[in-house]
Amino acid sequence: MVHKSSVPLYWRLQKSRYTLTGTKCHTCNTVYFPPKEFCPACRRKGDIREFRFSGRGKIISYTVIRVPPEGFEKYTPYTVAIIELDEGTRLSGQVVGNPESIDIGRKVSPVFRKFHEDGPAGLIQYGIKFELVAEETPLK
Amino acid sequence: MTRRVAVVGVGYTKFGEHWERSLRDLSTEAGALALADSKLDGKDIQALYVGNMSAGRFIGQGHLGALAAEYAGLLPIPATRFEAACASSAVAFKNACIAIQSGKYDVIMAAGAEKMTDLMGTDAIATLMGAGDQEWEASVGLTFAGLYALIARRHMAVYGTTREQMAMVSVNNHKNGVLNERAQFRYEITVEQVLKSAMISDPLTLLDCSPITDGAAAVILVSEEIARKLDNPIWVLSTSQATDTLALHNRASLTGLNATRVAARKTYQETGLSSRDIDVAEVHDCFSINEIIALEDLGFCEKGQGGKFVEDGKISRDSEIPVNTTGGLKSVGHPVGATGIRQLADLTNQLRGRCGPMQVTGANTGLALNIGGSGATAVVSMLANGDAKPKR
Repeated sequence: MVHKSSVPLYWRLQKSRYTLTGTKCHTCNTVYFPPKEFCPACRRKGDIREFRFSGRGKIISYTVIRVPPEGFEKYTPYTVAIIELDEGTRLSGQVVGNPESIDIGRKVSPVFRKFHEDGPAGLIQYGIKFELVAEETPLK
Repeated sequence: MTRRVAVVGVGYTKFGEHWERSLRDLSTEAGALALADSKLDGKDIQALYVGNMSAGRFIGQGHLGALAAEYAGLLPIPATRFEAACASSAVAFKNACIAIQSGKYDVIMAAGAEKMTDLMGTDAIATLMGAGDQEWEASVGLTFAGLYALIARRHMAVYGTTREQMAMVSVNNHKNGVLNERAQFRYEITVEQVLKSAMISDPLTLLDCSPITDGAAAVILVSEEIARKLDNPIWVLSTSQATDTLALHNRASLTGLNATRVAARKTYQETGLSSRDIDVAEVHDCFSINEIIALEDLGFCEKGQGGKFVEDGKISRDSEIPVNTTGGLKSVGHPVGATGIRQLADLTNQLRGRCGPMQVTGANTGLALNIGGSGATAVVSMLANGDAKPKR
């Protein structure tokens, strides 16, 4: 969030952001992150319950942001990727570490990190970022 | 369409950094230009539809319908603001067409305006992210250049599209914009300059990105009965709108925009025409990669061949399908809420044969594509001078 905001905004998103908690519709078995409280596929027949994602997945696409929006100036440059989670949905997230090693198809796992500060006296936000899973070296 | 609708007047302000002028000044000027062009009088206008993305944050101003109507001397007609990010004014245009088709009104002014330079650069970038998902895209530091960079990287990986091909989009738009006296940037650039300009969000550089711009545009739409009494009306054959997920990451494919494909299909069905029948096109090049994807999604070339299509020179003014003949968003500028109407104004002038040195010879049928966000809204409009018939 880029503007100076009140506490409830961060507070209500905290569970999803800190623990990658989304939802799953038990009628059609579709998982949702960010959480949806209403299954757009099953509509009134949907059966939505909480679902926690592992945070493991792979990179679909990525970019290094060099001109940031307000609030992200001191973290620039940073890498953002679209990640397909193992459980089967996609999200946008930052990937930590050397951008040179990042590539489409690389596997990632979650890490808990600081996101940004909402101005000099504002709240400090945390959340899940991603790091590359070390590639297995084949045994000789 | 049931009751035919025509464009009979168009106008837009000079696009650029108007430090000395406010949103109300710009929208009034655009409205006056369109009205003078139409030969109608202010008293003839029955409703005002205004497209605007984010005056609430760019200049802290809401209630734009009333503001624009008052300063244009149009009180007390109904005045309404439409918002669909960068597609705001094409959505205003579409709804104005529907209102005339319905029989409720005979004359509507559809306009678009945006004042972007009152904010500092990083704050303007953050404001534009209102077109994406604020809670799940902006929160991780994504920008609009970042979103289109994610699309570009994927398109390069899947189809082999090159950086040079993307650069050629910007080169073509700048070449066209040199001739447009209302354009923000009137100079040619080279592929090398695009590649060597500052990296904004890999793989997109500064010259892959449309600029931050102030500007306003307006068109006068009328019913068939009124159009018949005026000079050279340009008929609205179809205007179609489609929607996709707000966040880019929620789409199954990153290499095309489904909203564009759906809107284009509806337009081709409604008109009985195809991409082969289009003489001139206005396409939403907010970032160079988006023009390449649009050429594919509109059916001008096969999926994945957009880069090659550009490289082969098929979008220049004298080629197969002249695209963005007045400079596109890249060169004319991109005041987000005004762009959709600016595209339709230029398209109308092409079909009237009034584009001077920018004129496409014999242009009869034209198409405009205006996109909101990273493709969550797409509006495809087809206009023609007289009756448009399939070419083959």
